[in-house]
Amino acid sequence: MSRFDWLSEFLARLHDENVLVRRGLAKALAPAHVLVIDPEDWAKAAAIAAEFGCRWAALWGDELGAKYILYMVLEYGGDYLALRARIPTENPVTPSVVPHFACADRMERHIHDLLGLTFSGHPDDRRWTRHQAWPAHRFPLRRDFPVEGESPDPTPPDSDYPFRRVLGGGVYEIPVGPVHAGIIEPGHFRFQAVGEEILQLEERLGYVHKGIEKIAQGRDPSALVRLAGRVSGDSTVAHAWAACQAMERAARCQVPRRALYLRALMAERERVANHLGDIGAICNDVGFAFALYQLSRLKEQWLRRNQQLFKHRLMMDAVLPGGVAVNLDAEQIDALRADHRRLRAELHTPFDIIDDHPSLEDRLVTTGRLPADAARRLGVLGYVGKASGQGFDVRRDNPYPPYDSVPVTVPVYAEGDVAARVRVRMEEITITLGIMDKLLDTLPTGEVQGLWPAVTRACEGLGCVEGWRGEILTYVRLDETGRVMRFFPRDPSWLTWPALEQLILGNIVPDFPVCNKSVNGSYSGHDL
Amino acid sequence: MLRILRTTLRTGVITEPVSVVDDELVRLGIKVKQVLDARFGGSLALREVDAGSCNGCELEIHALNNPYYDAERFGVHFVASPRHADALLVTGPVSRHMAAALQRTYQATPAPKLVIAAGTCACDGGEFGVTYASCGAVANVIPVDVSIPGCPPTPLALLKGILAAVNRRS
Ligand code: SF4
Repeated sequence: MSRFDWLSEFLARLHDENVLVRRGLAKALAPAHVLVIDPEDWAKAAAIAAEFGCRWAALWGDELGAKYILYMVLEYGGDYLALRARIPTENPVTPSVVPHFACADRMERHIHDLLGLTFSGHPDDRRWTRHQAWPAHRFPLRRDFPVEGESPDPTPPDSDYPFRRVLGGGVYEIPVGPVHAGIIEPGHFRFQAVGEEILQLEERLGYVHKGIEKIAQGRDPSALVRLAGRVSGDSTVAHAWAACQAMERAARCQVPRRALYLRALMAERERVANHLGDIGAICNDVGFAFALYQLSRLKEQWLRRNQQLFKHRLMMDAVLPGGVAVNLDAEQIDALRADHRRLRAELHTPFDIIDDHPSLEDRLVTTGRLPADAARRLGVLGYVGKASGQGFDVRRDNPYPPYDSVPVTVPVYAEGDVAARVRVRMEEITITLGIMDKLLDTLPTGEVQGLWPAVTRACEGLGCVEGWRGEILTYVRLDETGRVMRFFPRDPSWLTWPALEQLILGNIVPDFPVCNKSVNGSYSGHDL
Repeated sequence: MLRILRTTLRTGVITEPVSVVDDELVRLGIKVKQVLDARFGGSLALREVDAGSCNGCELEIHALNNPYYDAERFGVHFVASPRHADALLVTGPVSRHMAAALQRTYQATPAPKLVIAAGTCACDGGEFGVTYASCGAVANVIPVDVSIPGCPPTPLALLKGILAAVNRRS
């Protein structure tokens, strides 16, 4: 199948429904194809895309001169389509696409809270990212809002958020968080339960909102990558890579092939480390400590190798604009090959045990089920999607170098339960070990750092990287001096958090931790 | 079951032993234990509070409990409630949305109420600074006894910081 062979049919449908496409741009935001449409057609175009079978992926707004630009990214058959509309500043109202794509809910509310665009017909008009740090009529991402804020007063707690209640005999409410019992990120969960059974879960996030989109503005590329590497610390390589990819595409920077291979190697190492830690933690949540200790032992060895070869246990700041900060010599490459062999051998037994241990089976099979149709509707990504029949993987479906030369297989299951999510992650580790061997076997020679070109015109770029949680989409706009004017990193957690609210229904309250861990959304990556 | 036992036996005890040479960890651990024995009844109950971190710091705090470091053998253990805690281990720049929750957690902690700010962000705001969304350093929101720089601090650095904290107050 060649790229975009479906586009003419899609355009014909837009035409049939009188949606005027003002311009089509194949290069501006490559690999995405941009269609510029009128704001009043925004929801109609979304409806057509939904019916066509597109997956909804991202939405962001940008203040550009005396107007706002709204971008919506969709995916079909591995191709990205970006709809763009220009919204007048006097009355920035756009029809909501939530009736057609339920997963757009929180991103529309986020844009409303930060940029002040209103989405008419949105079924939920409550604030999302905003708590009490700024008032409802002020919008931090607007140019007239100072980065330091407008009031030095202490921020009161967000105590009157109108949660949805379930009424009825015997229904009770359990509020949890923002400070949780374990060593995890803060967020609030509001359960409505009868006995042990969960009738409804509502998430309230935004507690770790750090103004990332605002403080990105004015940075040079290196400073932006430092920030991108801290959007979600567990995905530092993937986010830094996505930000670099966006800027490199914008500035037409040539990255040496060896550097791309090393980035992939680090991204795969990040995948292995997180999968090891999480599989162990999931098993431990149902009382199977054996897996936790065995896998955290292997993870620690893995992190120590990171420190030794990549100068940092999590490989922070190892990806730079135009290249990477590290290189490997022959001896180090051999050491990595030996690591891969050893890990493969060492994982054999614990994986076998996890796969058919009766007490694990009892707790994980059928727990926290997300059916395939719900997963598709929610646009769920990564291992959560792959365990529920949604096999999208950027490395395979829209391969960026070096994955154009290194094939990726994607494990997909239909069950959608915690057990399936664990199985996907175990298989991904095995597959990734093969990918890393291939990367080392075919590692190109040469430089690891390209020249950063002088930017003399305003430009924009989109980064698309498969992090360990799934697809990361990052938008960056640079001004004519090469400074960052807009940065929006869309972590896959935006799409998996709503899935948790669905898959928990009908489960018992004590199974919430294991269900949550099996999804493991990033709070920081979502709250920005 | 047999396979579990076999793997466990074959793995053996990998916790860095007291006699061996990664000695920095062990020497440190023993010192921590001595202070805890003398002043804290043998153990230090820590409550971890992520007040806005990128979650990188949490990964390293988790590592403190893996079988290599096994901080619990030195008497350092993590508890689920601030009411059970001797000390708070706080990460992140304090986001404005977490400031009130952090203050309440601090109020709920009984004496000696040590506060350890872990990570560069917790020390000085790090990459996030002080903005409309971030209060910056933990010390801008609650009193801090010891700061541990590092982005994120390694498990060893965390243990050093904990030692410094327990040494400070008698
Ligand atoms: S110190 Fe570094 S790792 Fe820790 S929260 Fe800050 S940015 Fe993340």
